[in-house]
Amino acid sequence: MSWEVVIGLEVHIQINSKTKAFCGCSTQFGAEPNTQTCPVCLGMPGQLPVLNGESVQKTILTGLAINADINLESRFDRKNYFYPDLPKGYQISQFTVPLVDGGYIDIPTKDGEKRIGVTRIHMEEDAGKSMHEGLEAVSHIDLNRSGVPLMEVVSEPDMCCADEAIAYLKQLHQLIRFLNVSGGDMEKGQFRCDANVSVRHPGEPLGIRAELKNLNSFRFIKQAIDYEVMRQIELIEDGGTVVQETRLYDSVKGESRSMRSKEEANDYRYFPEPDLPPLRVSQAEVDAIRAGMPELPGALRKRFEGEYGLSPYDADVLTQTRELSGWYEQLVAAHPQDPKRCANWMANELLGRLNEQGVDIAHSSVNAVALAALINRIDDGTISGKIAKDVLDAMIESGKTADAIIEEKGLKQVSDTGAIDALIHDIIAASPQQVEQYRGGRDKLFGFFVGQVMKATKGQANPAVVNERLKVLLAG
Amino acid sequence: MPFRSLTELQQQLDAGETTAVALAEQYLARIRAHNPELNAFVDCNDAHVLAQAQASDAHRAAHGARSLEGLPIAVKDIFCTADGPTQCCSNILKDYHAPYDAHVITRLKEAGAVLVGKTNMDEFAMGSSTESSAFGACRNPWNTDTIPGGSSGGSAAAIAAALTPAALGTDTGGSIRQPAALCGITGLKPTYGRVSRRGIIAFASSLDQAGPMTRTVRDSAMITAAISGHDPADATSVADAPVVDWLGACDSRDMKGLKIGRPTEYFIDGMHDEVRQSVDAALEKCRELGAEIVDISLPHTKYAIAAYYVIAPSEASANLSRYDAVRFGHRCDNPEDLLDMYTRSRDEGFGAEVKRRILTGAFALSAGYYDAYYIKAQQVRTLIRQDFDRAFAEVDLIATPTSPIPAFRIGEKTDDPLTMYLSDVFTIAVNLAGLPGLSQPCGFAEKLPVGLQWIAPAWQEDRLLSAAAAYEAATPWHQQFPAAFNTGDKS
Repeated sequence: MSWEVVIGLEVHIQINSKTKAFCGCSTQFGAEPNTQTCPVCLGMPGQLPVLNGESVQKTILTGLAINADINLESRFDRKNYFYPDLPKGYQISQFTVPLVDGGYIDIPTKDGEKRIGVTRIHMEEDAGKSMHEGLEAVSHIDLNRSGVPLMEVVSEPDMCCADEAIAYLKQLHQLIRFLNVSGGDMEKGQFRCDANVSVRHPGEPLGIRAELKNLNSFRFIKQAIDYEVMRQIELIEDGGTVVQETRLYDSVKGESRSMRSKEEANDYRYFPEPDLPPLRVSQAEVDAIRAGMPELPGALRKRFEGEYGLSPYDADVLTQTRELSGWYEQLVAAHPQDPKRCANWMANELLGRLNEQGVDIAHSSVNAVALAALINRIDDGTISGKIAKDVLDAMIESGKTADAIIEEKGLKQVSDTGAIDALIHDIIAASPQQVEQYRGGRDKLFGFFVGQVMKATKGQANPAVVNERLKVLLAG
Repeated sequence: MPFRSLTELQQQLDAGETTAVALAEQYLARIRAHNPELNAFVDCNDAHVLAQAQASDAHRAAHGARSLEGLPIAVKDIFCTADGPTQCCSNILKDYHAPYDAHVITRLKEAGAVLVGKTNMDEFAMGSSTESSAFGACRNPWNTDTIPGGSSGGSAAAIAAALTPAALGTDTGGSIRQPAALCGITGLKPTYGRVSRRGIIAFASSLDQAGPMTRTVRDSAMITAAISGHDPADATSVADAPVVDWLGACDSRDMKGLKIGRPTEYFIDGMHDEVRQSVDAALEKCRELGAEIVDISLPHTKYAIAAYYVIAPSEASANLSRYDAVRFGHRCDNPEDLLDMYTRSRDEGFGAEVKRRILTGAFALSAGYYDAYYIKAQQVRTLIRQDFDRAFAEVDLIATPTSPIPAFRIGEKTDDPLTMYLSDVFTIAVNLAGLPGLSQPCGFAEKLPVGLQWIAPAWQEDRLLSAAAAYEAATPWHQQFPAAFNTGDKS
């Protein structure tokens, strides 16, 4: 009997606002423990939260980008639980009325595009960090992260395999970086995923779900979901039943263990946060945010494919971030003759090199105008495509222009037929055997002669001229 | 004569008849003499008080007087102050020193006031008698076998015995007005959102409001003028609140044509006869002064206590979660593990009434009970607010007794929390509706003071002040003093 897998995802995204959600402390990552704190985010007596407007705007922007409804009046609630890194003993969150309702994200699947529903996006504050490792009989607490603004994006249970879950997460991850609402750095915990996984036979009601917590890389998420699906199917096929529980995936062992069952689950005793009035935003504010929304990756991808004739792969690569797509459009503006060629040079050559060096496009030593100038030198025959790759290496290293490097290293292509003819005569004279075989019908040897010319000119001979003259002169 | 109002003291200071230092010394001497008997102050640092008084005199000489220049004001132990301990009269905050001043403390300092110390209160402001304080019960100067009311009982007793001319209290369900009534002084709870709550240790965030406790109506207006106003760091402090001419309202003292509502639900069976007589006599006096008295109905009054004792403990259960022994406050010895540290520290640190309310609140919010308790209580709160809206469509002000009974004996109700909760039966609805309320003395029952409560529509404190000032000017009650404390000072 076949099985159907049902997956819903909850993603906590750290909003990249300058200050924390409810106080003026910095959100900078990596500072000395407890240096980015104040009485508010330390939960000291009498201190009160005041909402950060930037985090509201960024949550609205994200909502608009997934075609969701913005609630013009939403509410904050207290989520109560005790933990040492939660200073107030409650987390300020949105429970009954979130800022963003509904929406969807389209994902690519092997059967074409699939629409994944988003239930809601709500705002909340992060907790601090507890540290136990390497400590005996004590734990340490760092409250720098306490109060950092998060948005939680909750999906519908619309995904039916780990691949779809990953595709959804990648779309969401791309989107939030595109919108500049989050750094999205998973290693820094800026994009954290919990997965709700259940299995059922087709046509049956939803099975009991297990919640997988704290999955912090796309690879682990896929492994954890695959493991959980197998665990549940084996459990049921062996006559057991799945229990509702929270499970923690151990990426080292490649297995998960139960953290707490439904019975042990916290009763969070949510109730409206009396320190904060309802969050009201005007339609005019929402409209202004919509007006300032950048072109989104999906639309941009389609435009790049249609307007510039890019392959889906190149279009995808060049729309990963707003910096990339913007850079590409500058390149095309500087070299409008051949957008496809621009894409090749940017995606394959430049980005390949930058990735190796761990440099992102914003910090590239070669700008779009400089790369366009290099491509122009191929087009006008000054250098060959092969030489151009070496020139690009030198440009990245030195920051100099293509022309300066061509001049400096004497890389200018040889297109003078007289000089090339002289070389070809020398080669014919030096290789009588090959000439005889070629003339006898071994066409493949043509490449040998091209190689000899290139060798003699250190690759600087114009390939088109070489081909043409060789054909004439070898014909005898 | 030690029982002087802020207004009188201000006139003496302005006339050069006394100095801030001289006043500070007089009140410090009275605190030393009488506090052991009353236990009204839980912290008072002479050197610190005198330093402030000296600075105030210097400021007056150099720059002239600010609105409260040189005037001694005590504050309830619930206000965080960067100087001295802030303990909320709880063992869980024993020896806690806040690193900041509450917003209203800053405002008092900016107005030139001299802060004379911290006054006793029910632990975390949870009580109506100031008996649940970790520092022991406070006593009522009118009869030291009785309670001063609560939770701001220390502030009320200190003023009644002239250990300070004025004080700040907080009022969540009557904690300014009820002790003011029981100690024969004046207390004002402003409209919710009028005064910043920042730096005031939270009990029930949607109800808490700070306000003045004083000898006269005008004194209350002086302090409210200094402490009220928008604070951007308190999201519930209202930015565009209608501005009140605080002192002008007191000076207008006009009752002609005023329509005063007398809610039938506030004159109940079981209330003390002398309280009823005093309040009815007060209303008769208002009629003589030109007011019209109208019987009105606030039909949901009887549900106010039940709703309050769901909402306030619910909010408190969360507000008091931060006392977890992790960052500050009491921590038990040698905790075995995290859970042991939490449970033992909180068990040792909180008193019985605080625990009762945390448990009540946690229960009311828990899964399966939330709708039946918390949601229902919020619905009642809306109905109570609508009662007042309807009433204020008909009348300008509402007048009621502040407390159904005068001060009771220490220990009389400590074993019976429900009877204790009934002490606030006439004050709680005002907090639930977020309205301003004022209590002023209007007579005696069993030789103990009786309070008259005025209730106004939101943001209309000027109506309260004008009517109360008119009543005060026409009656002698605010000039009655507990004889045992009329000692020493000859000025």
